[in-house]
Amino acid sequence: MATTTTTVPSAGPVAGWRSFLSRLRQGDEIAQMITFLFAASVVLLTLLLVFVLWQGSILPRHKFGFNFFRTSVWDPIFDQFGALPFIYGTLVTSAVSLFVAVPLGIGAAIFLAELAPARVSDALEFFIDLLAAVPSVIYGVLGVFIVVPLMRSYIQPALQNTLGFFPLFKGPAYGIGFLTAGIVLAIMVIPYIISVSREVLLSVPRDQREAALSLGSTRWESTWKVVVPFARPGIFGSVFLALARALGETMAVTMVIGNTPTISASLFSPGYSIAAVIANELTEASSNLHYQSLIELGLALFLLTFILNGIARLLIVATSQRGRRTGHT
Amino acid sequence: MKRITALLVVVLAVAGVLCADSALSITGAGATFPYPMYSKWFDEYHKKNAHLEINYQSIGSGGGIKQVTEGTVDFGATDGPMNDDQLKAFQDKHGFGILHFPTVLGADVVSYNIPGVSAELNFTPEAISGIFLGKITKWNDPAIAGANKGVSLPANGIVVVHRSEGSGTTYIWTDYLSKISDEWKTKVGKGASVNWPVGIGQKGNEGVAGMIKQTPNSFGYIELIYAIQNNMAYGRVKNSSGAFIKADLASVTSAAAAAAKNMPDDFRVSITDAPGKTAYPISSFTWLLVPAKFSDATKRDAIKGFVKWMLADGQNYTEALSYAKLPKEVVAKELKALNNVQ
Repeated sequence: MATTTTTVPSAGPVAGWRSFLSRLRQGDEIAQMITFLFAASVVLLTLLLVFVLWQGSILPRHKFGFNFFRTSVWDPIFDQFGALPFIYGTLVTSAVSLFVAVPLGIGAAIFLAELAPARVSDALEFFIDLLAAVPSVIYGVLGVFIVVPLMRSYIQPALQNTLGFFPLFKGPAYGIGFLTAGIVLAIMVIPYIISVSREVLLSVPRDQREAALSLGSTRWESTWKVVVPFARPGIFGSVFLALARALGETMAVTMVIGNTPTISASLFSPGYSIAAVIANELTEASSNLHYQSLIELGLALFLLTFILNGIARLLIVATSQRGRRTGHT
Repeated sequence: MKRITALLVVVLAVAGVLCADSALSITGAGATFPYPMYSKWFDEYHKKNAHLEINYQSIGSGGGIKQVTEGTVDFGATDGPMNDDQLKAFQDKHGFGILHFPTVLGADVVSYNIPGVSAELNFTPEAISGIFLGKITKWNDPAIAGANKGVSLPANGIVVVHRSEGSGTTYIWTDYLSKISDEWKTKVGKGASVNWPVGIGQKGNEGVAGMIKQTPNSFGYIELIYAIQNNMAYGRVKNSSGAFIKADLASVTSAAAAAAKNMPDDFRVSITDAPGKTAYPISSFTWLLVPAKFSDATKRDAIKGFVKWMLADGQNYTEALSYAKLPKEVVAKELKALNNVQ
């Protein structure tokens, strides 16, 4: 019985199996299967992460509902949990860091890729890669012992004296807070922006530059009007990589942000970020609701990253289309 | 060849027997504050009982309670006693209770940095709670200046510093504030992490100490042992009999002695704001959490043996590490309670 079913009707499949094997010998199928598995594991991991965060935050989701994202009291003793100050702190510190790091990083990348001699560029690239590998707690220590005193004694008083009429620069200067956290984050993400942007700029075809120069443009004009627009999607990519790092950074932020859940227009005010509060309170969470609220904060951070990434994609598509259109007209 | 194989088998068998003999390992997890003491104890005890190895992970009191409740470790450790809900959760899950055993004592001290003031300041409970509630905001407030005649305090704003992560140090601090201030009790309460009315959070004793050191006009609380080991200056605190007491091993033990007389049978007692002329008011026990029943008799006997040793010889190691000893009455009571572990 068994033999008939396997041998008689299977002439076709056996042939198919053979051709499959022969194709396997070429290696293409194997390579495709293995790489497909790797790619699929990324999707699987993401889904698993969402599933775990979703399952782990049942209590606060049922108790607070959407109010979790709208309220700003975080009280483990009286079991009140609202995520707003943490979301605010995460967004503000990331925004400050990009505001500082993007011009510096892209400027440095342009210099290294376009203007500097190759030997200088390669030597500096070595240092940049080194900086990108420094653990974040080291940046935190740097922040506490160098940036914080500098901010308290010089930068914050100076900002207050000159731009103090802005609500951004009001209030007592503790040295720690949103601004300091943003600047420490900027120091941390600049290497990413420089390193990736430099590679992208270097990969712009040589004839693009030569065409611009042959039309009589100066070196800066060819860089700014031809090379940089050509590399724009890649440069954006480096900025979003930096943003992702800034959003999720824990250790360095918690050391300089002040760890106080506040929503304040002043950048001098101490604040809190999502990643920092999770790291600080998870091990000593007093109740299940407290613990699960921290997990839900993790979910909030995931959503935030997801949304910002989506916006980033749209931005890339929009700007690259505009670039093409202006190029044609 | 055969002979070599036979030899190998014998060697392996002997090694297996030896390993099995020394394989008794007990795991615990919890409080970070007594960790230096515990690791010293476990190390010394291992020297005396080579077959027994106790692994302790200082993951924090909350984590210790959680893990011992889930049964992933053999015993827990905590800086704040388990509350009734947590005890009930343990009872519901296992069908038997869990016991608290005080091991050593610790304390929180008040630290500050006021430019131009080098004197050791006195703090009343009203001043401390007022500062932490955000009601006293200047150093020259009468509530502070009144207890420090002759010291010229500046009119600068006070920068309050507290712990950012959940910690036993914060539990002791907020337990004290809840006792001396009704407003604190109803508005904020006590716990490993609370909703602070004012202040900046920093991670760990070293974070708070560092922030105070570099921020002018700051004020915060630090664990006594950390302050002693780092030669930090700290203030005196007025106790319940009206005396200003500096925290040290003697004044902390004195707070425990006062509480020892009416120690409850489950040892879940808070000794903040303790009576007694020489008692330092921001002191606390730290506890081991031992399940009342063990299915594995060798494990049970090993843990009981360790606790017995810790209460006798172990107490001699405490002062070298700046922890205060348990009072004799408490030790006697704990030895009796140890019989309840079955």
